[in-house]
Amino acid sequence: MLFASPDQPTLEDFGHDVWWIVLIKIVGIFVVLVLLTLFAIVFERKVVARMQQRIGPNRVGWRGYLQSLADGLKLAFKEDIMPALADKPVYFLAPVIATIPAFLAFSVIPLGPTVSIFGERTPLQLTDAPIGVLIILACSAMGIYGIVLAGWASGSTYPLLGGLRSAAQMVSYEIAMGLSIVAVFLYAGTMSTSEIVAAQADGNQLSFFGWEFTGPSWYAVLLPVSFVIYAIAVVGETNRAPFDLPEAESELVGGFHTEYSSLKFALFFLAEYINMVTVSALAATLFLGGWRAPWPLSIWDGANTGWWPLLWFFLKVVAALFVFIWLRGTLPRLRYDQFMRFGWKVLVPTALVWIIIVATMRTVSREADLSTGEVALYVGVPVAVLVLIGLAIASRTANRDTRLMAADAAAGGVHATDPEPDVLPAAGPRRRSTSGPVRSEGGFPIPPLDLKVPPSPRLRREPVATDGAVVGTGRRGATTTQEDGDV
Amino acid sequence: MLSNYVPIVGLFALAAAFAIFSVTAAPYVGPRRYNRAKLAAYECGIEPVDQPLTGGRFPIKYYLTAMLFIVFDIEIVFLYPWAVHNEALGVFGLVEMVVFIVTVFIAYAYVWRRGGLEWD
Repeated sequence: MLFASPDQPTLEDFGHDVWWIVLIKIVGIFVVLVLLTLFAIVFERKVVARMQQRIGPNRVGWRGYLQSLADGLKLAFKEDIMPALADKPVYFLAPVIATIPAFLAFSVIPLGPTVSIFGERTPLQLTDAPIGVLIILACSAMGIYGIVLAGWASGSTYPLLGGLRSAAQMVSYEIAMGLSIVAVFLYAGTMSTSEIVAAQADGNQLSFFGWEFTGPSWYAVLLPVSFVIYAIAVVGETNRAPFDLPEAESELVGGFHTEYSSLKFALFFLAEYINMVTVSALAATLFLGGWRAPWPLSIWDGANTGWWPLLWFFLKVVAALFVFIWLRGTLPRLRYDQFMRFGWKVLVPTALVWIIIVATMRTVSREADLSTGEVALYVGVPVAVLVLIGLAIASRTANRDTRLMAADAAAGGVHATDPEPDVLPAAGPRRRSTSGPVRSEGGFPIPPLDLKVPPSPRLRREPVATDGAVVGTGRRGATTTQEDGDV
Repeated sequence: MLSNYVPIVGLFALAAAFAIFSVTAAPYVGPRRYNRAKLAAYECGIEPVDQPLTGGRFPIKYYLTAMLFIVFDIEIVFLYPWAVHNEALGVFGLVEMVVFIVTVFIAYAYVWRRGGLEWD
């Protein structure tokens, strides 16, 4: 493995710090996480406000940037409610269980190269281990316990539903997240976060049919599919919009923290935002080159030494946070079945197939000693064709019901609960109906836009024209015929 | 090598102290005014129904998701070491791993086909 600079820490550099350096780092990480949380909350409110043509908080402090601090202090002086039906010890401990792993996950995130703090040379990272990324995954898995126990211990309906949903959601998307980073380990050959950053230090030498050029070294560019799956999965993993079903205000009030108030509620809030920061930092570490300066800046030799990398790292983290907020400001919340279907039927198989592709290409190019261009030709293209065919078939199968209903609707408005016809409608572009109700993409039934008022029940007894238009009446299971003139 | 993990214990202590201090201090810092309705379980304007102490019942789908999670999590447990040592294991490791992934994939396809991944 190549190390671009002597400042790049290796695994041997960890574990020998003097105790006061360790103490400084621990307190530093704690303070950074709390400050980033306070910043992220204001940042989110201001960005979302801009996206909604509002100004956002602008009263407390400079341009309102102390708003979240004021809110946090206010929360501390609110009444702490212990619901009568709550399971008291668990109710009491759940916020603690949610908060501690959130902090711990940040301990193996590399913030920068080796620097000197009061004369001591030390890496800008609390610690690292050969299994560094596993520590983060373990902590994010432990955080689920806090949420599930909070929902269960509240002794109330909405928190219980929110806790259950969040358990199912987080374990589902943890699979996708865990699978998406396998390809990174394949390329880096290590699970230690500092060495993964080191592995992204140098550009890849690519030779493509005679042309030699230095390819990008970020895994986001080398492994785009992994990066996309990771980005989607962590949004589900951190319960953020559009995957914020455990706290869907419109259905579950507040989800698992409905019954919580005061500082206990504040801890859940803190844990959620720290988790957001952690997955952003992990995205920067695994896919965006870690603390290393991005391309135009990396031309300057000093960019990757001293304390500068801290700036690049936090810029990457804030950029990732912005994407989180952007998603929240743009996308509506998914329905639960859509959400689970997407996780299990799209993300997981795609990640598995992608792992096989990456591993095959790595092994073939190593064993047969092929150039990158030849690998792309002999392995990449056939595999890509196979994947496309597979995805086409899978999406057709997954959308079968939607297609059926759409075809039915186009044929004259059959209610969704009617039994399916035996013969599937032919594939191909969806037919647009000119008279019946039109259904939008996505398969959710829309009431007929050219609304026809159903005839009065009393009219049924009157003789009806045999050539009347058929109007679906759905749940009543009978079809009513209508006079032509009504249509 | 274990000395690498000592700082994590330190951070754990600080985070635990902070969290436990917060939850313990909360009842003393804030006001406390008794109100029966305030301590009742939240409900949208109707009388809340007591939860059974055993936690009540919830859909079997959640158990199914948990079982599927275990299957795939174990798959990930096997994938990580292989991914890290992919270079040393070479073609043999790749073939073994593809066979393993395909085996799990068959079970996955079965669950999919039987509607185990459907939510309503």
